[in-house]
Amino acid sequence: MSMTEQQAGTTSEGASFGGVQARSTVAINATSRISVRNLDFFYGSGDTKALKGINLELPDRQVTGMIGPSGCGKSTLLRVLNRMYSLYPGQRAVGEVIMDGRNMLDADVDLNELRAKVGMVFQKPTPFPMTIHDNIAFGVRLHEKLSKSEMDERVEWALSRAAIWGEVKDRLHTSALGLSGGQQQRLCIARTIAVRPEVILFDEPTSALDPISTLKIEELIDELKRDFTICIVTHNMQQAARCADQVAFFYLGELVEVAPAAQMFTAPREKRTQEYITGRFG
Amino acid sequence: MQQTLAASAAPSLPTGERRKASSFGDKLFEWLCRGAGILVLLTLGAIIVTLFIGALPAFERYGLPFIWSTEWNPVEDHREAYGGAVAIFGTIVSAILAIVFAVPIAFGIAFYLTELAPSWLKRPVGTAIELLAAVPSIIYGMWGLFVVVPFVQMNIQLTFGEALAALPLIGFIFETTNFAGTSLFTASLVLAIMILPFIAATMRDVFEQVPPVYKESAYGVGATRWEVVSGVVIPYTRISVVGGIMLGLGRALGETMAVTFVIGNANRMPASIFDASTTIASVVAMEFPESLAGSLKQSALFALGFLLFVISFVVLAASRWLLRSRLK
Repeated sequence: MSMTEQQAGTTSEGASFGGVQARSTVAINATSRISVRNLDFFYGSGDTKALKGINLELPDRQVTGMIGPSGCGKSTLLRVLNRMYSLYPGQRAVGEVIMDGRNMLDADVDLNELRAKVGMVFQKPTPFPMTIHDNIAFGVRLHEKLSKSEMDERVEWALSRAAIWGEVKDRLHTSALGLSGGQQQRLCIARTIAVRPEVILFDEPTSALDPISTLKIEELIDELKRDFTICIVTHNMQQAARCADQVAFFYLGELVEVAPAAQMFTAPREKRTQEYITGRFG
Repeated sequence: MQQTLAASAAPSLPTGERRKASSFGDKLFEWLCRGAGILVLLTLGAIIVTLFIGALPAFERYGLPFIWSTEWNPVEDHREAYGGAVAIFGTIVSAILAIVFAVPIAFGIAFYLTELAPSWLKRPVGTAIELLAAVPSIIYGMWGLFVVVPFVQMNIQLTFGEALAALPLIGFIFETTNFAGTSLFTASLVLAIMILPFIAATMRDVFEQVPPVYKESAYGVGATRWEVVSGVVIPYTRISVVGGIMLGLGRALGETMAVTFVIGNANRMPASIFDASTTIASVVAMEFPESLAGSLKQSALFALGFLLFVISFVVLAASRWLLRSRLK
């Protein structure tokens, strides 16, 4: 799709204020990398649905922001996208998550392969108790057999892409636990991209960080979307506005509204969206 | 207007005499508890002092060489001599062998319970392991003598043992003329089963303490269960794991009854793991009742006891130090 088409889509969207029909026309300048279709999620057999009939497209090499009050299901959706929920017996997803023409919820999907393609960065930095170099190499070794020099190159590449190479290049063989919180989080991002995923999921990646570190991560996300499809869950509306191309608002397990960021924060269609982004609840 | 309404609606403060705190009861309670605490220290101190005083004649007679002398001759008056080397060697080797046998199995149990077992099975298996620790050691001794000893004799020593004895260089470890089945190896095997629950339970506990988000991070880059455990869980918990192993080692060092049943009680330096041997605890249990009060033999047994105390104390102190973050 060309730039003009995207703008046309956005403006016509702004004009129409329509319902479901209009939503699908809010296509951003890309094809879809992951399509979520009619997704329901259950935390246990007797539990109610934590996600109800979610339909969402993650556009290729764009940032999708997910917002909504605590418990609305946005993190749950993230954990469906890389099948992290499969670690916990009893948790169950019904529906389709289409990636490369395959439903990733199928029982025979190789989870290790899927998670290499769909990387994840967590709320708290999770450096492994090993050196900075080994933290990056850990993931790479699982999927590729590289020589020492190739591995060193890969580590440098990943750390550079995560904008932390300059800070750690002289201490690659010291423990990663000695880094500051913000550095640890960028290290975790480097560890994720070192595996060369196609999609990166960020689960509130800055909620444990100071404002400067937060800013660095946000700049990094902006830079990473050149090569990766990104999905970020955040509690911070400004962050969603700054980072995301497309924003999805969740409430009580439902996807209330999805729209280009600019439209979402200026002219939301739904009353609940408007109330949430203006701080009336949540 | 609203304020006056609120004020009149609120109930007035309750009145009544305050109880005067009884300082006597409180003081009494404090002193009783303090006494109980001090009693522990006194008991520990008394044990050390008793052991040391009892051991003094032997230490004075033999000095430091007591530790590496292999002689043990209580019979002939003019050649009477005592050395602790055999018992000390047997104690340390049987305990270390027991650790070697027990740790891999304990790791398997802990790994299964934390990563693989369905949740409905976790509790019963976990409880069964804890109950294994509650079996009295005399039971292990009896079971060891009637089941493990013949098993080792027929199915290990005469098969693998013989084959391994033919190997060059390391063959002597398995080469033996003792075919009774009671041996250092058998004792280690029984000890391994006895300390297994302690090590497995500690490992399970520390594995469970790894924050799930770290495991998820590793799964998140596509690691398998084994890669998550070997790459993240073990590095994250290695100090506590070693602490748990030391805890098991401490128990193995001091175990008496079960070992006495199956080790053969021979005061000879074992050349092979299939030789009969003895441990400090076994020697003391076997010979203490037969030694005359105040005799040199009794003093030598006290000296062995004192050394066992020192070894166990060091191992347990090390384990507590390694586990200090978990015990807080």
